[in-house]
Amino acid sequence: MSFFIDVLAAMFRISTPLALGATGEVVSERSGVLNLGIEGTMYAGAFFGFYAAYQTDSRWIGLAAALVVGALAASLLGLLTVTLGVNQHTAGLGLTLFLIGLSEFVNRAALGIGSGTSLKVQTFGELRPFGLGGVFAQYGLTYFTILVIIPGIWWMLRHTNFGLAITAVGENPEAADVAGINVRRTRYIALIIGGMLMSAGGAFITLATLGTFTIDIIAGRGWVCLALVIFGRWSVVRSLIGAFIFAFVYALQFRLRLLGGWEAVPFELLLALPYLATIVALVVSGRNAPYPGAYLKAFRRS
Amino acid sequence: MLLRLVPRVRPWRTGAVVLPLLAILVTLVVSSGVVLADGVNPLRVFVEIFIEPFRSRFSFLEVLVSATPLLLTGTAVTIAFRSGYYNIGAEGQLLAGAICAAGIGPHLGSWPVPTGIVAMTIAGAVGGMAWALVPALLRTKFHIDEVVTTLLLNPTATLLVAGLLNGPWRNPETGFNESPRIVAAAEFMEIVDRSRLNFGFIVALVIVTLAGLVLHRSVLGIKFRAVGLSRDGARFAGLPVEGLLMRAALASGGVAGVAGACLVGGIQYRLTEGISGGLGYTGIIVSTLGGIHVAGAACAALLLAVVNVGSSSANRVFGIPAQLGDVIAGTLLMVTVALLLFRKYRFVLRSKL
Repeated sequence: MSFFIDVLAAMFRISTPLALGATGEVVSERSGVLNLGIEGTMYAGAFFGFYAAYQTDSRWIGLAAALVVGALAASLLGLLTVTLGVNQHTAGLGLTLFLIGLSEFVNRAALGIGSGTSLKVQTFGELRPFGLGGVFAQYGLTYFTILVIIPGIWWMLRHTNFGLAITAVGENPEAADVAGINVRRTRYIALIIGGMLMSAGGAFITLATLGTFTIDIIAGRGWVCLALVIFGRWSVVRSLIGAFIFAFVYALQFRLRLLGGWEAVPFELLLALPYLATIVALVVSGRNAPYPGAYLKAFRRS
Repeated sequence: MLLRLVPRVRPWRTGAVVLPLLAILVTLVVSSGVVLADGVNPLRVFVEIFIEPFRSRFSFLEVLVSATPLLLTGTAVTIAFRSGYYNIGAEGQLLAGAICAAGIGPHLGSWPVPTGIVAMTIAGAVGGMAWALVPALLRTKFHIDEVVTTLLLNPTATLLVAGLLNGPWRNPETGFNESPRIVAAAEFMEIVDRSRLNFGFIVALVIVTLAGLVLHRSVLGIKFRAVGLSRDGARFAGLPVEGLLMRAALASGGVAGVAGACLVGGIQYRLTEGISGGLGYTGIIVSTLGGIHVAGAACAALLLAVVNVGSSSANRVFGIPAQLGDVIAGTLLMVTVALLLFRKYRFVLRSKL
């Protein structure tokens, strides 16, 4: 029983950055912009969040710095894809390469160490509401993400004028434009909200889970988020469920490996499951995959 | 907003040359900010990066070594992008090629010298094609977007490499996660004494030349281009669009796979976990910088190789982190896609509507 509780508790921890990143990607893509800069944005959030926290000795300033970096990264992507309307794949991949390169550059230059870094910052602690332990002993940020941020974004997308405007510019920008919605501004704001969620996901890893920064810290989580969005068919709630499933499998394989006797199971196969499951999900939904109508399309008034 | 983008009546031809050069200039200005922040004189760093590789024999040969996989992945991406098939999966296809080459490499003991290399190259191509096959089938049979499927197969390939090296291929004596060493007959021999420059470079040049001839000087290349410019138009003209997309996807994957074979056969002699380190993604930069043209991509591959070798040497001389190369490459990609837009568009001052 305690084994199961352990796995479940770890599931919530592991799913937090994925849920943040995937929610950020949902917001971006619902407005019609694919953000392939997600891997780099999470990386930069993790690094600059840690760096600012280390320099100022304040984890809150670290978190704020990560949010600023996420907003800046998203604005840069907006300049390329919304204002200039260049190919979104190339712009996003370029952003990822640039941000990872920049983070590692500053890491070496300012902190002067490679992968063996042991600099520590004070982390965000765990909450034990009503003295409950077990599954309930979670980071405050995890509670905040699952109970406030994600329901908030869900509510915003469904029930506010701005949320509906995001969907409108993502589905049919020409019609939204005629209806008096400022297409570009809406996309910029959606990208910026998305970028801040992504960088917060990255910062969670350095400022809550680890308390330190290591090279390759994101290790493909951004791509997992991208898979979760499609797996969740562009829905915040379904992406969150996807994040839970992935995190559960991940936590399970990790604990099983610690137990021993499971060496015959290649755990890499389990880790590859979200990617493969997404491809299968795409095959199953086939042409009916509910891509936003204006996915990858820049808007220009002609 | 004061400025407005307006389509040009016809593309700006000289822009094809002027804009990439301008992009390099803008990139240098942007990255000099990073260099300054590290307290080093940017001019001296850029001289070290762009001039030094041509001063010594060793550095120059290292540029060619570093260019070998980039020539191949850049060509792979170009084949696909020209045909309108957005293959983001060169990284995974490269790894699949490396897996196949490392799989047969240790078992070619009795093969005479050139056949071993040919077998390695073919194994790489087959691996890359196999990895490209599923997204291509999904694209042509089920109309499923290839961007996401090819992208998601990249981390899958990384995990497959890790799974093989931690499982069946783990070295039984040392316990290192490296595959068994390939035999001498499978090694890409060095083509210049006392250097790492090996036969893989020749393989890359041959493939780049062939791809250039097919894409830019053959009927098949024109058909690819037609599909890339307008799928519906090509279909209306009676071209077998799905078949052409399939061929472009497999050719692209095969060329990326050969890059993996070159790394195994010429550099590492075995499969290792970090064998690629993003060379497939860099292929997208190479192809984009080269204007989705094989000759342009070849130039871009050499440029990025110079940046690679030059930043390592700047790291030794000035102690500036070698990741400066990645910053320059990422910036260059974004600046280039932004500037190349002005071949087809221009800014005008907006008159009041």
